[in-house]
Amino acid sequence: MTGVVTDAQIVDAESTPPQRSASEAAKDALSSRTASIVALVIAVIWTIPTFGLLVSSFRPEEDVKTSGWWTIFTNPSFTLQNYKDVLSGGSSQESLYNNLINSIVITIPAVLIPISLATLAAYAFAWMDFKGKYVLFIAVFALQIVPIQVTLVPLLKLYVDPPFNLMPLAGRDAPAGGLYELWISHTIFALPLAIFLLHNFMREIPGELIESARVDGAGHVQIFTRIMLPLMMPAIAAFGIFQFLWVWNDLLVALVFSSPEVSPMTVKLVSLVGERGQDWQLLASGAFVSLIIPLIVFLSLQRYFVRGLLAGSVKG
Amino acid sequence: MSTSEKFVQMVLAIVLFYSVMAIILLLTQRLRSRAGERVQAAAFLGPSLLLIGIGLLYPAIVTAWQSLHGAALFDPPFVGLDNYKTLFTNPQEITVLRNTLLWVVLTPLFSTGIGLGYAVIIDRARFEKFAKALIFMPIAISMVGASIIWKFVYDYKAGGSEQIGLLNQILVWLHLDTYNFLLTDPWNTLFLIVILIWIQAGFAMTILSASIKAIPDDIVEAARLDGVGGWKMFRYITVPSIRPSLIVVLTTITIATLKVFDIVQTATGGNFNTSVLAYEFYRQNFVAGDQGLATAIAVVIFILVTPVVIYNIRQMRKLEGR
Repeated sequence: MTGVVTDAQIVDAESTPPQRSASEAAKDALSSRTASIVALVIAVIWTIPTFGLLVSSFRPEEDVKTSGWWTIFTNPSFTLQNYKDVLSGGSSQESLYNNLINSIVITIPAVLIPISLATLAAYAFAWMDFKGKYVLFIAVFALQIVPIQVTLVPLLKLYVDPPFNLMPLAGRDAPAGGLYELWISHTIFALPLAIFLLHNFMREIPGELIESARVDGAGHVQIFTRIMLPLMMPAIAAFGIFQFLWVWNDLLVALVFSSPEVSPMTVKLVSLVGERGQDWQLLASGAFVSLIIPLIVFLSLQRYFVRGLLAGSVKG
Repeated sequence: MSTSEKFVQMVLAIVLFYSVMAIILLLTQRLRSRAGERVQAAAFLGPSLLLIGIGLLYPAIVTAWQSLHGAALFDPPFVGLDNYKTLFTNPQEITVLRNTLLWVVLTPLFSTGIGLGYAVIIDRARFEKFAKALIFMPIAISMVGASIIWKFVYDYKAGGSEQIGLLNQILVWLHLDTYNFLLTDPWNTLFLIVILIWIQAGFAMTILSASIKAIPDDIVEAARLDGVGGWKMFRYITVPSIRPSLIVVLTTITIATLKVFDIVQTATGGNFNTSVLAYEFYRQNFVAGDQGLATAIAVVIFILVTPVVIYNIRQMRKLEGR
């Protein structure tokens, strides 16, 4: 995988203390104590904005609009009303419930489909023989560079008015309320990078493994499902987390391709900022609902997360 | 659609996708001949190549062609390079270019600088894991969420009323004049840039911290025995040792910055002269309805991003090769 450093290196470096003389160690301990305190202070400052949002999301509407969140330390008052407003079902203006559902419904296929397609394609590029393989691979590799802005306008036209009398994927009669538009778009934008990364990873698997399986009479499909998929799981997980975050946090693709009925939370939050910019309590609780899921993924899968992030950093 | 209908549609789509894939694999798995291998390759690659061809290659070509045309929705006239001329001469677009330049220069420099500094301070300090997690956390947050978080920091209340934005309250505590952070250009762009630096510094810190830890101990020890310490250690040992990672981090953040759209959209809606190229693309296309100019902007983003991506990938390969 395209990592600058491997996990093993991270673990090694953390577990081997260097050897020093006693006086150096004492001096180091002193400066490291100062460093620890400075580092901790910076970390706390870094977290204050997020903390402020969390506190605000639990404050009553009147308080949020008239005083800063830090006043809770002198004048504590909390409520769950903001979360009730934001998560209540139904179609009330301030409810984000539908958008939360949309975010989930958009994200799951938009992660599963590109990864499955890319794993297959990466296998073909890595272990199959056919004419034009290198030219094709370089073409896919080069298309990573294309920023999605370059594709949005013509792609939207294809969805609205497809050639050959195909069914339009956008508009009032679109299947699944226009969800296919989002699933397909996210799949397209994920593919070049996913194929490239998974291919790199697959090439690292020893060729003898494939050869001996072939000698034993296994075909490509068996090799792919029985040998490759299990070996590829760490790479697939890393890319999966990256793609999950990308889709969940995406605004541009959703703004361009989603109808109001299926728009995800990011789109709804932006419109809340525009239309109800003074409803700070809704902004705070709404934003926090949208943050909490990626934060949970981040806290529980930090290691994969770093790899995935690094691997996918040129996307978009 | 109701909630349950949406989930039904989702499950249907997933089942449909995997059934089609399974049928393709089942049909081709018996083939063993040379020609069979070609059919199998087509089965494995076909769906991806089709999607990439229709969804990336074709639109990119159409966009490049469209950027040479005028604004009309039907049969726009061919205008040559006029859209590009507008982009580089119209005062409003020049502000956009100025802002983009500010973003692209300041964000990578400060994110990487802060990330590097922090990686050095935190190395082997106590609470290392905890502190790093806190700095790293913003990267998991959407830029929309981050912008809302920072609205609570930058908010400004006019007159004598109580401030609810943290920064203005700090100004009040210090007996200084309050300030409307997002109103006056070009300073408002700088405050928007802070949001992205806040997000990206954690990324830089994580990557750089890992490469600092990968510097062999004997090099550090040898330098220490020669009496090298503190600043000199940082300047002559740490930085040269992690140079390739530094470049990867700088270029990666540059790429992300060139495409920044969400922060401008959420924090100011592109008002008060805060627009950048990626935002201007969206505005020209979907608000102003000038597809010619919008596609020209997209092409410019593409041209700007390409050398950085190529350089970034080459550095990555070098790192892997070591």
